[in-house]
Amino acid sequence: MAHTTLLVSEVTVLVLAIFLGFEVISKVPTLLHTPLMSGTNAIHGIVIVGAILVLAQPDKNAFMWIVGLAAVTLASANVVGGFVVTDRMLEMFKKRKGGAAEGTEEGAA
Amino acid sequence: MSTNVTNLLYLITVVTFILALRFLSNPAHARRGNQIGAAGMVLAVVVTWIRAGSASWWAIALAMVVGGGSGAVAARRVKMTAMPQMVALFNGVGGGAAAVVSLAELHRLLPQPGAPEVDISVSIALSALIGAISFAGSLVAFAKLQELIGGRPLTYRGQQLANGLVFLAAVTAGVALVAGVQDEWLLWALCGAALLFGVLFVLPIGGADMPVVISLLNAFTGLAVAAGGFELENTILIVAGMLVGASGTLLTLMMARAMNRSVASVLFGAFGKVQQGASSGRTVDGSVRPTTVDDVAILLAYAQKVAIVPGYGMAVAQAQHDVRGLADLLEQRGTEVTYAIHPVAGRMPGHMNVLLAEANVPYPALKEMEEANVEFRRTDVSLVIGANDVVNPDARANPGSPIYGMPILDVDRSGTVVVLKRSMSPGFAGVDNPLFVGPNTMMLFGDAKQSVAGLAAAVKTL
Repeated sequence: MAHTTLLVSEVTVLVLAIFLGFEVISKVPTLLHTPLMSGTNAIHGIVIVGAILVLAQPDKNAFMWIVGLAAVTLASANVVGGFVVTDRMLEMFKKRKGGAAEGTEEGAA
Repeated sequence: MSTNVTNLLYLITVVTFILALRFLSNPAHARRGNQIGAAGMVLAVVVTWIRAGSASWWAIALAMVVGGGSGAVAARRVKMTAMPQMVALFNGVGGGAAAVVSLAELHRLLPQPGAPEVDISVSIALSALIGAISFAGSLVAFAKLQELIGGRPLTYRGQQLANGLVFLAAVTAGVALVAGVQDEWLLWALCGAALLFGVLFVLPIGGADMPVVISLLNAFTGLAVAAGGFELENTILIVAGMLVGASGTLLTLMMARAMNRSVASVLFGAFGKVQQGASSGRTVDGSVRPTTVDDVAILLAYAQKVAIVPGYGMAVAQAQHDVRGLADLLEQRGTEVTYAIHPVAGRMPGHMNVLLAEANVPYPALKEMEEANVEFRRTDVSLVIGANDVVNPDARANPGSPIYGMPILDVDRSGTVVVLKRSMSPGFAGVDNPLFVGPNTMMLFGDAKQSVAGLAAAVKTL
């Protein structure tokens, strides 16, 4: 019974997350679509949580060692790479903020 | 740490992820949002690690250093132009991780008494299936964009049938697993078939469509992670994975719409097949007018209004800084310079905006398609820098063209069109472009960076 209860609440959360996902990006302008793709890419790196849980199990056999190490390595690359790439993209948008127009005129003068 | 505390801390992480996506609606806050999301991710990792205990802590640390380190180095070193394939690669490893986690979970569950709950085995099968497809598909997308393999679509007779059979094999293995056949090899077979399907399904898709595919695979990885959440009974994976799954799906639809194509036609249409029925015999006729840097410089220097139309060629040549330099020179002479940005110019939506932002091009000079198209009629010179399909008039006029119906930038309506191009080869989509032989078109062959730098030098002497 407890298992079913948990499943129902999990499904509830899942459905709410679908609507939230649609809602939250419908306001993102086209020029930020590339960082958006990259940012969501970093977020699904949350699979690292599952990977850690695998590798942190006690009494692993050789198989579990291999898959655990593979999972944590792959997921870490996803997380770090995803956030760093997104940051590099967004850095460029930020630079121009605050006096971009003035900066241009100075440059032209 | 109790389960409740863990879950509350996970909730904080989820909120940071939502904020990260919210903040992306404004370029000024977007970067901070991303940092908040990264902080949330760190929190989730720390919480999980504490909760999981100290077993094999050194192995976890080592794997994180190796994976995170290589991810960081790759992400730091990659050129802005290679971003799309980098995103594909990071997406692929995420999908791979989800698939591997389900292999581990099944391995852990099987020896336990009684069959796993149905919802658990369904999630394991789904997570492995979608994760493996995303892994293999992303690697092929990476290889295509990195030009390790040809960007042209690969097609053969019976392709869709073969793909369908491979997919069916993967699903059958999954169904058997759920139905209670307790054999780990089934999941391996499922993963194998899913990997093969991932490769087969991306191979026939042309390079020009890769952005849509990467976005779709990104959504897939999100779904694989959400399924992983069900299998591990871990809410944060469900929420974060589904957020990505839903937003990625919407983004995919938006991108396909910007190209005026359905997602189905992207995935199954093998776009850019050079032969397209009746239109196959139709090649562009007319002659190309090559020109020189000096001639174009004079043209530009005495124009009232110049529109710069960047495309992937500008990205490849890393010409954005030189383009900005040229634009500055022209503006000093009193010429009005704008940039016409097609929503899918380059290999990803917003690709050109990112590159021009890198070169500090001011926002107001960037014109989106609708606005730019209104202005082409009173534009003296359109400088097309490495763009091809997004300025192909066939999209307007030739119903036989594979890109017919795609909204384009109407550069052919401006006074003179100067196309900077490396050679006469067709664009990434492999479609002929009558613009190049248009009566008001001149071709300036060569590397975009060198050509633009040459133009700037020539304009200076005038």
